[in-house]
Amino acid sequence: MEVLVASAVGILTATGLYLVLRLRTFPVILGMSLLTYAVNVFLFASGRLTIGAPPILTDSATVYTDPLPQALVLTAIVISFGMTAVVVMIALGAYLGTNDDLVDDPIVTDEEDAS
Amino acid sequence: MSHWIIAPIVLPAMLAPFIVLAARYHIGIQRVFSLVGVLALIAISAGLAWTASDGTIILYQLGDWAAPFGIVLVGDMLATLMILLTSVLALFVLLYVIGSGWDDRGRHFHALFQFQLMGIMGAFLTGDLFNLFVFFEVLLIASYGLMIHAGGNLRLRAGVQYVLFNLLGSTLFLFALGSIYAETGTLNMADLALRAQMIGGDATVGIRVASVLLLLVFAIKAAVVPLHFWLPSSYAEAPGPVAALFAIMTKVGAYAIIRVYTLIFPPDLGVTAGLHEVWLMPAALISMALGMIGVLAAKSLDRLVAFAVIGSMGMVMIAIALMTSEGIAAALYYIVHSTLAGAALFLIVDLVKSSRSSLALRAMPPIAGAALTAGLFFAAAIAMTGLPPLSGFIGKLLILDASFDTQFGVWIWAIVLGASLISVVGFARAGSVVFWKANSVAPNEDAEPQDPAHFLTYAAAGGLVVLSAAFTVFGGHAQAYMQATSEQLFAPEPYIATVVETEGKLSGATVEGDH
Repeated sequence: MEVLVASAVGILTATGLYLVLRLRTFPVILGMSLLTYAVNVFLFASGRLTIGAPPILTDSATVYTDPLPQALVLTAIVISFGMTAVVVMIALGAYLGTNDDLVDDPIVTDEEDAS
Repeated sequence: MSHWIIAPIVLPAMLAPFIVLAARYHIGIQRVFSLVGVLALIAISAGLAWTASDGTIILYQLGDWAAPFGIVLVGDMLATLMILLTSVLALFVLLYVIGSGWDDRGRHFHALFQFQLMGIMGAFLTGDLFNLFVFFEVLLIASYGLMIHAGGNLRLRAGVQYVLFNLLGSTLFLFALGSIYAETGTLNMADLALRAQMIGGDATVGIRVASVLLLLVFAIKAAVVPLHFWLPSSYAEAPGPVAALFAIMTKVGAYAIIRVYTLIFPPDLGVTAGLHEVWLMPAALISMALGMIGVLAAKSLDRLVAFAVIGSMGMVMIAIALMTSEGIAAALYYIVHSTLAGAALFLIVDLVKSSRSSLALRAMPPIAGAALTAGLFFAAAIAMTGLPPLSGFIGKLLILDASFDTQFGVWIWAIVLGASLISVVGFARAGSVVFWKANSVAPNEDAEPQDPAHFLTYAAAGGLVVLSAAFTVFGGHAQAYMQATSEQLFAPEPYIATVVETEGKLSGATVEGDH
């Protein structure tokens, strides 16, 4: 279980980082989503991994799983979902306006600068 | 328990949807509500600052849940000082926006402006790290909207970069929070301060990783080199008044560093010792140098001011990295000064832009109302570069004085004085090319004479410069207040006791299965 979760976080982060370092917006946004998935799994694991235990204390329960990371993950999912929607819209606007989808600054030549 | 401390968050949070829903098509009504809201914010913040000024810690438990189970808002001298600064800055930015008509160039400016204020106020007042993350996101998502207000291809392109960089920062923040929770089992700042001291010397790997990740996150917000790459484009392409409001956003990062690294990971805590000396100080010195070199190298006026902001953040970080009572006091003085001066410069740049075809540093025909704009630029540049008689000089003096007999003394004096000289040259060159050389260029024959900008715009930019001057005149009082604030930060016991021991629902319950 630990190996599975840890390698999932690692692989998602690595692929996410690789994609984020690309030059075009689409791979970068995909990479961002992978990174947010990675962080969600990571947050989930931060309350220790327990199998088959209830997240709330009851009279009969002897072990329980920490409910707080689940609440944190829920908040993080909502926020990252909203943010991804925003960045897609802005990137789409920039693409339709300039007709290219590069992320970095456009190169300003001296002639343009002087005009 | 008084409810006033949540008002700076609730008031903009109520005003913004009201403006969207009820006053969507009426720019006049939007302006009135926005202005009244900001004036009320100033009054509330001033009241809170007055209450906190004698060392009282104002605590608000949301839903009456006791810390660490519930979320708390905490107002101490530092937090109330920052919300007062934010609301005063917001008033001048709003006056400029109304005077220049920026809010009419796209819909929803005022609603986004109020949401932005809500996020900033929340970030300053919260006493919980996860809540700090949430308020960071609130202020960021509003800033994305403000940043691309009025559209334009260049602005959208810069907006994409800005959003992506900040999304990466947020992801990093979540990783940091996850590791802190895994190590300590709490995210309440006061509770964390207690638990960080309990960590034994043999199990420090996790908490050290967490403290470095957290420093990285706040350094991104504060645009410390090498994490500053998002700033020049986004500040230069953002609408002028929005960039002026963003002058407080970098300070949110500085505030978070001061708060977390005096309260949770204080300099004498063994596990994180050396973090500020080994990492933060060199980065701060490089930021200062790089920012001011950028001022000299910039080819247009807006980028010049953006690099000046990086340089001044470097200066703030130098003072913070000293991690002494005098150092933090000097940093606080400089934070207030550089917010005012940076915002004034962005407003003046927008004044120049309104009657010039581009902001490139070349001689062009004189702009409308050149004499007044040039005078304001002169004053604001003096403040920013730290020449006497304005507040930058006193701020710089305080930082140099605080660093005199530390191990970094020589480096700090050399870099601060050298970088200041470079920035003076940079600003002098920009000012003479834009304002003086304009008189040697024949005005375009077919160009229509332009009206000078609305008086409100000058009042806003001038008001910020006057505030900077007032901050010099009352420098003694201001410095004494900053010193008291700093001493409160280095004696956090009352803060921790107030948060942890105040009764509420669930107080007295112990956490079972404590990590």
